[in-house]
Amino acid sequence: MNWLPSIPDFKARLRVATETGDLRQRAAALMSLAQSRVGFVEELQLDKALRQVAAAADTDSLGLTPLRIALLSSSTIDQLLPGIRVGAVRRGMLADVMAGGFGQYRQELLDPTSPLGAFRPDFIVLSLTARDFLGGVPLNATSSEVEQKIDERIEELRHLWRVARDRFRSTVVQQTFLDIALPVFGSFDRLVPASPHQLIARLNDRLAAAASSEGVLLLDVARAIARDGLDAWFDVRHWLQGKMEISPAAGSRFGELLTRLVAAQRGRSRKCLVLDLDNTLWGGVVGDDGMEGIVLGEGSARGEAHLALQRYARMLKDRGVILAICSKNEPSVAEAVFRDHPEMILRRNDIAVFIANWDDKAANLSRIAEQLNIGLDSLVFVDDNPAERERIRGALPAVAVPELPVDPADYVRCLADAGYFEAVSFTEEDRQRAEQYAANAERDALRELAGSVDDFLRSLQMSLVSGPVRPVDAARVVQLINKTNQFNTTTRRISADDFDRFGAAPGNLALQFRLRDRFGDNGLVSVMLLGNGGGETWRIDNWVMSCRVFGRQLEDEAVNVAVEAAAARGIRSLVAEFVPTAKNKVIADLYERLGFACMERSQDGRSLWELNIASYAPRPTTIKRASDGE
Amino acid sequence: MNDQEVLAVMTRVLRDVLDDPSITLDMQTVRADVPDWDSFKYVTFIVAAEIELGIKFGIADVESFVTVGDIVAKARSLLG
Repeated sequence: MNWLPSIPDFKARLRVATETGDLRQRAAALMSLAQSRVGFVEELQLDKALRQVAAAADTDSLGLTPLRIALLSSSTIDQLLPGIRVGAVRRGMLADVMAGGFGQYRQELLDPTSPLGAFRPDFIVLSLTARDFLGGVPLNATSSEVEQKIDERIEELRHLWRVARDRFRSTVVQQTFLDIALPVFGSFDRLVPASPHQLIARLNDRLAAAASSEGVLLLDVARAIARDGLDAWFDVRHWLQGKMEISPAAGSRFGELLTRLVAAQRGRSRKCLVLDLDNTLWGGVVGDDGMEGIVLGEGSARGEAHLALQRYARMLKDRGVILAICSKNEPSVAEAVFRDHPEMILRRNDIAVFIANWDDKAANLSRIAEQLNIGLDSLVFVDDNPAERERIRGALPAVAVPELPVDPADYVRCLADAGYFEAVSFTEEDRQRAEQYAANAERDALRELAGSVDDFLRSLQMSLVSGPVRPVDAARVVQLINKTNQFNTTTRRISADDFDRFGAAPGNLALQFRLRDRFGDNGLVSVMLLGNGGGETWRIDNWVMSCRVFGRQLEDEAVNVAVEAAAARGIRSLVAEFVPTAKNKVIADLYERLGFACMERSQDGRSLWELNIASYAPRPTTIKRASDGE
Repeated sequence: MNDQEVLAVMTRVLRDVLDDPSITLDMQTVRADVPDWDSFKYVTFIVAAEIELGIKFGIADVESFVTVGDIVAKARSLLG
């Protein structure tokens, strides 16, 4: 957890927090403490304070997102619970964690009367030990005998996963198996199919493939152990004393990894990496040393260290993380390095927003978030300067600021270890995102040139491809629904299975919208789930839109499309619910603006809207219709 | 560290683990004397004490400790 800053007076601050009468403020203080480097005992104390606040108020009023996790296991897991709860609050979630009984995971899943049903877990996590799972396999078993054994076991696991998913409507998380096996032959172990080491390696390979095909999330503890060392996770004394396969000292790390995955599934991973320049992306200060004087690239170990950070950032960009620059520099001097320095890996067009000036960095980070139309809680800010880091942590606590080590050689590792950009899928949209954001910056420049909004929109030459969601789009659709916070009418998250079920039900229609313009393809940017409302109505169960295309009349054109589809099926009205959240204020008046009539408005701000198909006049937009491939 | 210093560390750690600043330990204290010091909290306490002092108790030690004095004596011998 070396990316988290240390707080010297942790205990005093914890005491102040627990004595804060206002529970919302107390929750915020505890969240802030969880974002520091927390020792073993401190974590237990923080956890206790969290449980007290959770018991005293309902989660919504605390400003935290509620979350129920059931952890089922074939070993002792009680030591992992504080780390899970602290990891959750580090991400703004308040976790209620239920620990299954020792070795009871099958019964808990299969027995209809087990307490799991009443608990209604959002996530069911299976943490199994290989020795219990595989049972005995003789050392001289052949490769095909081993495969057969693993087949059987994986088949049983698939069955359990399906039960977890279908009966409890939970997202299933499967932990990879720990390889605690000691060498039997030595290096030759890898060549013996039934050596304990090889069995577990094979089992984990098969587990990953099966999980992927079943839509189960993989919690790769085995990979973390390769990084941290087995001793950091497994202590044979705790195995012998209490059948803990994961030692108490590793609880914090386990909780961090699990809640990272949970947050990613909930669309709460970070989206944008903001980088400082001098002594971060290169060694030295370009304003003083000149482009020739900065340390970057082959030939200098220090230069290669900075290059490694650039290479890593570039790789993040290739998987859909947006890159931005925030530096105190003359803009022309800073941009020249990106254009002209031969060793630079990052180039100007890799950067969606480039801010080099002498303003306060907090103001600049706010500008970056605004320009990209994402929340401050989507930003990670990497800066070698401790004073700048402190400034941002104080002014913008929502921004993640890794505590970079002093040595540039360790920058990349620190950023990677922090796991800010944890993902649970990798889609075509991810691959194209960076280009799309860069194109957005060009659009903004055009907007400033164009006289009126209409002129601007016309000049974009937008075309829309819409239609039912195809199987090939399903992964992107689920990702969009789960990641979108601003334009999300109900903020109901769904799993891939929920979505399949929705599509399979008679009378339902999932509409997708792809928007192209003269700067390129924005991709699949909006989804509307039209559920059979009985009679001749459709319910808009959910409607999401990527913030990249706000203010482009797409919502108007989308309703035109939905009304046409409704009319074609003899539907007479669309009924829509709006559920307000802290993040979807931008669409608070959406349905009113689109000509829906308000049917009811409840105390908690929810509202119900209706649109009559027969009397609907198509809304004028500058968006043309196209079919796929045009 | 002498006995009293190690005992002071143990007291501080146990207060933190049980979140009870009123706890006082002496060499004769046994687990049953301290409210809420159950077997799970005992394991937690041992881990916390190990981290605090930078030592590792043996598997047999942890099973055989009866009094706090036993823990202090073993810790002192591990500290060298």
